[in-house]
Amino acid sequence: MNNITFRLAWRNLWRRKRRTWLTVGAMVFSNIILVFLISMQLGMYSMMIENTLRAQTGNLQIQASGYKDELKMRQVVPDVIALAEEIRSGLGSDEVAARASAFALVSSAERSYGLQISGVEPDYEARVSSIPGLVSEGRFLDDPAAEEIVIGSVLARNLRAGVGDELTLIGSGRDGSFAAAVVTVVGIFESGMPDMDRSFAEVPLGFFQDAFYMDGAGHSVVIMAPSLIQIGAMKTQVEALLPGGEDLVVHDWDTLLPGLKQAIQADFVSAWFMYGILIVLVAFSVLNTQLMSVLERTKEFGITMSLGVTPGRLGRLVLLESGLMGTLGMVLGMVLGGALVLWLGHTGFTYPGLEEMAGKFNLPSRIYPQFSAVGLLMGPVIVMLASLTASIYPALRLHWLEPVAAMRAAE
Amino acid sequence: MNQFKIVLRLAWRNLWRNHRRTLIMLAAIVVGVWSMIFMTALMRGMVDDMIADGISVLPGHVQIHHPDYRDDPTISNVIDPPAGELLDALSRPEVVAWTTRIRVPAVISSERDTRGVTLIGIEPGRERDLSFVADDIVEGEFLSSRDDRGIVVGRKLVEKLETGLGKRVVIMSQDPDNEIADRGFRIVGVFSSKLAQYEEGFVFAGEGTIQELLGVGDSISEVAILGSDYRDVEGLYGSIKTAAGDEVEVLPWNEIDAYLGSMLAMMDGFVIVFIVVVFLALSFGLVNTLVMAVFERVREIGLMLALGMTPRNILWQIVTESVLLLVIGLVIGNVAAIATIEPLKDGIDVSIVGEGMEMMGASSVLYPALYLKDIVMANVIVIILGFFASLSPAWRASRYDPIRAITKV
Repeated sequence: MNNITFRLAWRNLWRRKRRTWLTVGAMVFSNIILVFLISMQLGMYSMMIENTLRAQTGNLQIQASGYKDELKMRQVVPDVIALAEEIRSGLGSDEVAARASAFALVSSAERSYGLQISGVEPDYEARVSSIPGLVSEGRFLDDPAAEEIVIGSVLARNLRAGVGDELTLIGSGRDGSFAAAVVTVVGIFESGMPDMDRSFAEVPLGFFQDAFYMDGAGHSVVIMAPSLIQIGAMKTQVEALLPGGEDLVVHDWDTLLPGLKQAIQADFVSAWFMYGILIVLVAFSVLNTQLMSVLERTKEFGITMSLGVTPGRLGRLVLLESGLMGTLGMVLGMVLGGALVLWLGHTGFTYPGLEEMAGKFNLPSRIYPQFSAVGLLMGPVIVMLASLTASIYPALRLHWLEPVAAMRAAE
Repeated sequence: MNQFKIVLRLAWRNLWRNHRRTLIMLAAIVVGVWSMIFMTALMRGMVDDMIADGISVLPGHVQIHHPDYRDDPTISNVIDPPAGELLDALSRPEVVAWTTRIRVPAVISSERDTRGVTLIGIEPGRERDLSFVADDIVEGEFLSSRDDRGIVVGRKLVEKLETGLGKRVVIMSQDPDNEIADRGFRIVGVFSSKLAQYEEGFVFAGEGTIQELLGVGDSISEVAILGSDYRDVEGLYGSIKTAAGDEVEVLPWNEIDAYLGSMLAMMDGFVIVFIVVVFLALSFGLVNTLVMAVFERVREIGLMLALGMTPRNILWQIVTESVLLLVIGLVIGNVAAIATIEPLKDGIDVSIVGEGMEMMGASSVLYPALYLKDIVMANVIVIILGFFASLSPAWRASRYDPIRAITKV
């Protein structure tokens, strides 16, 4: 029974080859564009998130409440190293590191710049941040209490300082008193992110705590989750591990960097405006084709109905025809779009102006679209659904068909 | 002429023989054209706004610096104030406004906290015509003269430093001999900016006061020059460059801020790509409609050929139908786009993703910008590509063999 409907639908499609191919062509065209653009966006977003979070922010941070917005020296996490150790054993993960941060005037023999200095745990920082791996000259910090500093490449150039040179730090300690120290540059990192390279410096946490009178305290514990999806669950876990009595909070990355998520949302929404237009245009194309194909078969439908076929079954036939066209468009679109994504995912591509734009979002200047099930399916499935929706009206028309009048209709 | 009238009338009547099909196709064209113009206006608006904001921060369309200043923006790399030939060039009519500034990295401290900022010494009278800061004072007043002893800071910075209007702050910077120069200032004004990073990062003081603090005589860091149109800075740039000589570096805004420059350059390409993609999605339906229209009329076309109409007449007949359909769609689409953009002229609030927009350098209110050239481009692309898309079905129709066509069942 179903087999006959299916065979009829398939044959009906090829009664008008050109029309069917043109309709399928519209779907394939839109599907290729959707598969390509969505894969590219997903690839860019995950890179933006990965690069930005890997640089400094991490996935989760434990901070004193209020520190996120005010960044005050006195809003501390007490006994930060011990707390980090506790979180490590509680989570069974090494991707946890304690940090502290202070504003200081950094002076070389020739120049001075005011910037934010971070105190980090040399043994664990590399597990939560990409900076240790980006040291291009010298080495990263290794001793938790050494008077050493690692600075960005632009900062090094601006300070006219190189590996082995001494820098003076002047700032204020946790209690507001004057703090000063002399450190040796042991490494220079090059992240390719202009802001980081210009205004970021790291010293060992133990030394930091001494120099800025931190009394064992720090400002944050940074935690990386194995994947973005697990962050929610991990946050609950970390919250349970927090010591009672302290005014500590756990922030996830989109609270720490609301701009990043919103930039992605803004881009995604505006892109969907364009996708929506493409999908609507395909739907019009299907509506047109199916309505015409129903109208020109008025006489034929009249005969089959007078032979006892119900309008409902004919309606299903029309929907099945659209479904077949949609499937054809979906499969071809996914194969061709997927091939394009695979190829460009391998070679990468760029366009004029991308480099300047990419730098702003911590992206490399070549884009590699990401081959993923979501990117491959999302667009084509929606096009398919839109095509089916568009053929509801032509299918419903059959219910109003009068068999006798229909049989008299002109061919 | 008369013949064209007949062709047009025939085309019009043919279109409405199957009004459902024509209406569906028309709806598709209207949606397509509307989206082309609407979306383009939104994107243009966003980029215009970004650039206008960017230029008011730079500020100016052309800037003059010491050749090493951009790489090493310190007090060591300063230039003399404009004089002689350059001063003459600056008084020419194509220069709308200009000012000099001294701009150095500095550290600002209140009793509570310390931050790194960019300290800018300005000529308040001239600065007013170029940059955003004078217009956006929310508390207190703007600086009154180049020797004003006060300082103007951003609202965010005031919060971070836990200070306020009338309070004192200490500014530390470096003089050309690498000695720390510091001095207390009273906060006389607080400014706000659409972009939080400016509120946090910039402080303004009198140019004379800063020159005195740093002991640099009348040297300045930059000359900022505003022309009449940021899209066309080549003329201004050329004349300033010639007048300024080789000792200094003269740059237009799109080279100073490469991100802004590339955004503007990319927009034109992006608009064309967007319009063409939408058109291509549309063209499948258009060709399909024509193929169906021709197919239904095979016998009729055969008859017309048999009666002596030339294949060329048939070709033009079909193409005219297609173009007529496109023109109607374009008219409605244009009207619809303008009608939807007009009420949005006062801005669309997108503050829900405000911090994301800020990351892109845009503000959280979008003002659509409708340009005649974009409307013209959308219409011209649709008509020209539509014409070519309809050639194939029309060509097939004109090549029918009359006898076979007439006898076709």
